[in-house]
Amino acid sequence: MKEFETQALTDNLPDVLAFVDQQLEEVGCPMKIQMQIDVAVEEIFVNIAHYAYDNGTGKAVVRVEIHDDPLCADITLIDNGVPFDPLAKADPDITLAANERKIGGLGIFMVKKSMDDVIYEYVNGHNMLTIKKGLAKK
Amino acid sequence: MEINKTIQNETLTVRITGRIDTTTAPKLGDSLTESYDSCSELVLDFAGVDYISSAGLRILLSAQKVMSKKGGMKLINVSSDIMDIFEVTGFKDILTIE
Repeated sequence: MKEFETQALTDNLPDVLAFVDQQLEEVGCPMKIQMQIDVAVEEIFVNIAHYAYDNGTGKAVVRVEIHDDPLCADITLIDNGVPFDPLAKADPDITLAANERKIGGLGIFMVKKSMDDVIYEYVNGHNMLTIKKGLAKK
Repeated sequence: MEINKTIQNETLTVRITGRIDTTTAPKLGDSLTESYDSCSELVLDFAGVDYISSAGLRILLSAQKVMSKKGGMKLINVSSDIMDIFEVTGFKDILTIE
């Protein structure tokens, strides 16, 4: 298990993704899956940066666990901001025409659709959102 | 992310290279906004785009809304990985992709 801690600021997104990519590249994660995971991590990290801390900013921790047989990654983003379960929000209606579509609301939806599993927990004052994804080529 | 614009007969072609994410999407949005008045049709060349998050999708939806009232907008050279994201989010149905 490896962890990376940083301030929850969108400017730190490249550092967060570089950390995640490093762990994925070490185990030979296919490029397409790496992109899907990067998008998911971006959506969650940016949500934390924008909404977790009422008074400015705080910390965010990214935890990566790689499991074998079958090869998969559990990535958990942790903050100690206001309790918030992003999975509780209703999915956007993706069948609407362009002029009826709202700008936004797609981020967590993309996470749910592209990952194998997404789990939210609130533990000891921490929001913990874990994404799970198999890393083997299909 | 690099943005390269060429205009011919009121058709603006924007060639994008790199990642369209939370940190780069505003630059693309600003670049498109400043060009809307100078074109009637918009072509986004995605040959060099290897990553798009919801921040990028927001820019595409805004551009689609603006250009649908003018001569239209289309995307060209979209990779299969990016197309998968358009598929999942329903963007494949609201964008013109060639």
